[in-house]
Amino acid sequence: MNFNLSVGLSTYLLVGAMLFCLGLYGVFAKKNIVAVLMSIELMLNAVNLNFVAFNRFLAVSSVVGQVAALFVIVLAAAEVAVGLALVIAIYRTRHTTNTDEFNWLKW
Amino acid sequence: MFTEMHSLYEWAWVIPALPLLSFLLIAFVTKRSKGLSAAVSILAILCAFGLAIAIAAGVIGSGSEIVKHPVITSINWLDISGLKLNFGTVVDPLSTMMLFVVGLVASMVQIYSVGYMHGDRGWSRYFAYQSLFAMSMLGLVIATNLLELFIFWELVGLCSYLLIGFWYHKVSAREAAKKAFMTTRVGDFGLLLGILFLFSKYGTLDFVHLAALMNGTAQGLALAGGVGYITLTAFLLFVGPIGKSGQFPLHVWLPDAMEGPTPVSALIHAATMVVAGVFLVARIYFIFQHAAPGALEFVAGLGAFTAIFAATIAIAQDDIKRILAYSTLSQLGYMMFALGVGSLTASMFHLMTHAFFKALMFLGAGSVIHALHEKQNIWDMGGLWKKMPITGTTFAIGVLAISGIPPFAGFWSKDEILSAALQNGHPIIYAVGLFTAFLTAFYMGRLFFVAFMGPEKKENHPHESPYWMTVPLIILAFFSTVGGLVALPYHNFAFYVRNYIFVNGVVSLGTFTHEGMAWGLAGISVLFGLAGLVLAYMTYVTQTVKAEAVAARFPGVYKLLKNKYYIDEIYLWIIRNIMDGVGKVLYWFDIHIIDGVINGLALITRGGAGGLRRVHTGQLQTYALVFFLAVVVIFLAYTMGSGQVSALNPLAMLGGVK
Repeated sequence: MNFNLSVGLSTYLLVGAMLFCLGLYGVFAKKNIVAVLMSIELMLNAVNLNFVAFNRFLAVSSVVGQVAALFVIVLAAAEVAVGLALVIAIYRTRHTTNTDEFNWLKW
Repeated sequence: MFTEMHSLYEWAWVIPALPLLSFLLIAFVTKRSKGLSAAVSILAILCAFGLAIAIAAGVIGSGSEIVKHPVITSINWLDISGLKLNFGTVVDPLSTMMLFVVGLVASMVQIYSVGYMHGDRGWSRYFAYQSLFAMSMLGLVIATNLLELFIFWELVGLCSYLLIGFWYHKVSAREAAKKAFMTTRVGDFGLLLGILFLFSKYGTLDFVHLAALMNGTAQGLALAGGVGYITLTAFLLFVGPIGKSGQFPLHVWLPDAMEGPTPVSALIHAATMVVAGVFLVARIYFIFQHAAPGALEFVAGLGAFTAIFAATIAIAQDDIKRILAYSTLSQLGYMMFALGVGSLTASMFHLMTHAFFKALMFLGAGSVIHALHEKQNIWDMGGLWKKMPITGTTFAIGVLAISGIPPFAGFWSKDEILSAALQNGHPIIYAVGLFTAFLTAFYMGRLFFVAFMGPEKKENHPHESPYWMTVPLIILAFFSTVGGLVALPYHNFAFYVRNYIFVNGVVSLGTFTHEGMAWGLAGISVLFGLAGLVLAYMTYVTQTVKAEAVAARFPGVYKLLKNKYYIDEIYLWIIRNIMDGVGKVLYWFDIHIIDGVINGLALITRGGAGGLRRVHTGQLQTYALVFFLAVVVIFLAYTMGSGQVSALNPLAMLGGVK
């Protein structure tokens, strides 16, 4: 493989993958629910990055990827609003933000 | 003449449609208004009866044409491959006669009911049921195929159930209704099996098609699967009439059916519904003719046995309605054995005259019961003739008619049956019939002399019934008197109502089974009838013969008759011991085997679920991990997979990364 220093599609995809893995780790490992929500934001942004990069390199004439990215941003905003509202509601009754204690939704 | 009337015959469906309309009107609109309900119902049945008379007049005018070509009007009801069913009406002499009889008796009974049911709380319901019954019965007699007939057959059974249990606050009425329904169900099961047997072999249930298929040629019989198959089918079909027409051993429901209002007993359990069985056998007579001779002999034997069996029971009964009920059974046996000895004409003739005089006597009994405030024991009556002249006189006409005294209706039909039995080579059945005629005259005389003559009872204050009740009695008495004369000059009745036989696909008129009046035989049967009446007179009026002395001399026989041969007790014993024993075994099987399997399945499911639910930790992050790993596994499965799933290969989707 030709090692190329110029910034190409692979570079963006690599950054996107790193961001996604960071987010995934956060979702699995963080104990604070707010941190989990932030990790989800990271994952969504990794996806956004991929959309835009693909649009730039593979379909220059169209704006499909950018439009998709805009949709994801809107979705993320809504998701955070709902997620934080839930967190506040849970905090008011349970006085905790620890995900390990969020385990009463079971048998 | 024939063609002009043709268009009228095509409107025969209106006859059952009118009472149906009245039933719906009463049930949904006029229920709250008593007068309106009765008016609607009576108007509908009278219109239907008028139409029936018009058709009857046309049929008589059509001559032999209508016998050769019955007018069939039908529409397609169901047509799926292998099953084509029509609904329609058939106008031929047989159905016309039935339309006339049912229309007449139903209208008389409904008019009579206005007087009899006066003040009853269920008034509108009563007339609604009456209309429903009239619809079902009128539909039954003009059915063109067996399935259509079966539907109406079940409908009349339902109406019978509803009307026997009309006074549902009485336990005995409820029980009798259930008994009637379940006993006739036994018969209907056989009938349904017979219908299926017919259909599986011929692929049609249409009477005309069936008759044409079984036209008696070798080819037809080979198609039919031989005489044996037809015989089996005939026996199965005959089980239905055994139940409906109260032949031994399924006769037990009919006497109990007297729990219903008396007009109902007159209409359903004497004149019309119970003869549906006889009518059915007449309708499918060609099947019996193509069956082995044993089939018809069985019909004859069973009919004769029922005739004498029920007549002997009637002698020892005290309830006026029960005497009449056993008399009905006996007369139904008469009609059956007339069919069995090969005289369709005589059987249908007797069906008609019996409908007249038995409806008359039941309505007369109702008039008496009405006057005496629900007293039904004949020994509580006495001297009623003086107090109730119209009821008494009309009842006397009924008694004379059923006893076979000329010139009343019963004489002609009974004589025709007896002469047919003798001339077709059944001397034993002739003897049984003759003896039954004697018994009939005796118990009818007993009923009449005890209830209407003899000393008056002080505690009774009878009065003649209102005109609503006496006018139908007079009309029926008129028909009971002259109804038999249709047989007279040229044997008109026999000319019209007879069996049409298909020979090589062409309708032939069949043979006259009516041999002409055999005056000698008629004289003998009149002698027997007179002897019965005279004996009853000597026993119960002049008391030359002491009834108690006779009863005391044969205590066993008397007890046996009084208790109706213990048939009910035998059935009860069978149900208590054998059926309950089988029930216990089945109950054990149900509890331990069936329930065991079901409970075992439930236990296994519950155990499995109990283990599996531990997987659900409630931990959000565990779920996320499982979710992610599942996505990875599915992704790998798709990328590793080849062929069809390669379209989902992410690299392929990207068109290859450069």
